[in-house]
Amino acid sequence: MTFLTIGNAELKPVDALPVLARDEFREEVLSQVGEGRRLLLLSALPGDGGETRLLAALADDARGEIGLAATTVADSYPALTLDCPAAHYFEREIHEQYGITPEGHPWLKPVRFPHGGMAIEDVEFFKVAGAEVHEVAVGPVHAGVIEPGHFRFSCHGERVLHLEISLGYQHRGVEAAMRDSPHKRSIHLAETVAGDTSAGHATAYCQLIEALSGAECSPRATALRVVALELERIANHIGDLGALAGDVGFLPAAAYCGRLRGDVLNLTALLCGSRLGRGWIRPGGVAGDLGTETLAELRLRLAETERDMRNAVDLLWKSSSVRGRFENTGTLRREIAADLGIVGPPARASGIDRDCRRDFPGPTYRNHQPFIAVGESGDVFGRAMQRWQEIDNSLILLGRLLDDPGAGAIAARIGGLAPNRIAVSLVEGWRGEIVHLGMTDGAGHLCHYKIVDPSFRNWFGLAMAMRDQQISDFPLCNKSFNLSYCGHDL
Amino acid sequence: MFKALMARARQGYRTAAYPAEEPNLSPLFRGRPIFDQGKCAAGCTACADLCPSTAIKLSAEGPRLDIGRCIFCGECAAACPQDVIHFTRDWRLAASERAELLITGNAQPHVEALRKELRRLLGRSLRLRQISAGGCNGCEVEVNALGNVVFDVSRFGIDFVASPRHADGVLITGPITENMREATLSTYAAVAEPKLVIAAGACAISGGIFHGHPEVCDGIEGLLLVDLYVPGCPPHPLTILDGLLRLLGRL
Repeated sequence: MTFLTIGNAELKPVDALPVLARDEFREEVLSQVGEGRRLLLLSALPGDGGETRLLAALADDARGEIGLAATTVADSYPALTLDCPAAHYFEREIHEQYGITPEGHPWLKPVRFPHGGMAIEDVEFFKVAGAEVHEVAVGPVHAGVIEPGHFRFSCHGERVLHLEISLGYQHRGVEAAMRDSPHKRSIHLAETVAGDTSAGHATAYCQLIEALSGAECSPRATALRVVALELERIANHIGDLGALAGDVGFLPAAAYCGRLRGDVLNLTALLCGSRLGRGWIRPGGVAGDLGTETLAELRLRLAETERDMRNAVDLLWKSSSVRGRFENTGTLRREIAADLGIVGPPARASGIDRDCRRDFPGPTYRNHQPFIAVGESGDVFGRAMQRWQEIDNSLILLGRLLDDPGAGAIAARIGGLAPNRIAVSLVEGWRGEIVHLGMTDGAGHLCHYKIVDPSFRNWFGLAMAMRDQQISDFPLCNKSFNLSYCGHDL
Repeated sequence: MFKALMARARQGYRTAAYPAEEPNLSPLFRGRPIFDQGKCAAGCTACADLCPSTAIKLSAEGPRLDIGRCIFCGECAAACPQDVIHFTRDWRLAASERAELLITGNAQPHVEALRKELRRLLGRSLRLRQISAGGCNGCEVEVNALGNVVFDVSRFGIDFVASPRHADGVLITGPITENMREATLSTYAAVAEPKLVIAAGACAISGGIFHGHPEVCDGIEGLLLVDLYVPGCPPHPLTILDGLLRLLGRL
């Protein structure tokens, strides 16, 4: 294999990164994808002397290995998208950020509309032709307390032929501001990549900094991080189950789950004072320790919450009206999910057995393995059931951790970052795989920082799940994915 | 149906007694900061140096913290060698004037209730259109929580509505990205007069942790006149609720 093999949160010299000829790079990437590896990310890198490099990271889930390779590009190269659909969003991003044209890309539209480029209101949308075809435009401001984004439906009657999702409204420059990290804003910016995934992105950033500085988190600090990560997963999943119930007008479960989400957020606040887990996960470890009293209170309150969750969610599965609306709605077929590189609960609900916590456990999950649930139906019901099973499995893991969080220092000291190194950090957030990639320059500063939120991959999955659906089912399908706008827009 | 009734009995009545009773916040909750004036060591700039949102200004009397920019990370309090800075568990942070958010000593931000005519119109029925304009979705999480059965904001006659045409005002979150500037102003313009503007969270007030990024407008200041500022990153649901109730003259 001509690729540089690297593990999750493992350090390699930048010099070891193979720079292949353009054709060889293309052949290698495509042949490895053909052999079952998947495109973890495709990104441009500013190279030596102003030239630009294209960096591909391929994940081998079975071995828990990441392969890295680069090639040098001038202003264009033949697009990978046609042979590897998972590349299509990355290539749009590269085109937007670096002005490099992936030739033959079918839809080179801006992704985030950064300032100074094309205006967000001036873009073309994919057009479906036909006398009876009509378009429905929704957003950026939606009918609820939701982030902004634009959805353009091409419909025949009530039937959706195509949905185009155009985002960028939340683009606030987070990724660019992460460069030159660590600086005094870094960890706080990581926590605000997606506010509902504060623990997930903070862990991804910290794993990267720890790898680059050679620091090691103690078993106790690691366990306390996983507590926050799993509470975050449970809070969001139970909240979404409630919102799904609300979207089909089943108000009892909607009301109970809404309250239960808050109860779990309040457990996170017991750790660190913030309901979103802000200020808990810090480079080197965590911000504080949990005494035996706090651990006991967490166990007690979690057990109460668990009982109420089981009671509330049971109503969902036992109501034929709910099942009737969930089943066979918004099905994302397994093959499409695999082609697009879908991650997280939507991938597992479609039958793809993929979870970073097991495949790329890294330092955080190495000793804290949850049971991984995998579904098959790929519809709204499948995604809802997937969420519930993940709650169930997280509760078991949390039970173990709260009984015995292990020993060790709360935080290891973080020194300077090793110069000219590259590392990739993966964390399975509640929405799926979070990727942070960092590269240091000769002075040990992060000269390149790349964030891939799971939403970046999964938005197109939602668009595919909406094909041939009733437009009135969009809120339900959308909620079953519940993707992040800010995590996508960065 | 029977199962739903059984579940109802099991889940119980969960609405918080607020404002009749004090809320039970996390012992670690970081609310209104207070400062021991005059205790700073000469030349010490530890707090201001590490503040990620550059919210601290130092003077001879001590630090002045702009809670309209503060993300309540508490790092200043942890780093202060003289123990000057404390974050209390006081959730009441909202103010009707921007200057009220510049905290020194033991200052408590003040909310001026709406004048009589507006209170007659909106005091018992306030409909708000929320505009999310570039934040991290943290504020939206907490605004959404206002609608759950614990906070149950509608028991005060306050509701979040789908259309700006149905609204009496807008509640804005996020630093107002360049890409959301026009949509924010159009949504505001679509609300009928008289209308309120509420800036919720550090981003909407000042840009917060994103202050100074070329992609954002550093908050709603300068774009619209604000009637209520609700600090926090994100504000606790009770901080928002307390601000709204005081604006309506109900607390």
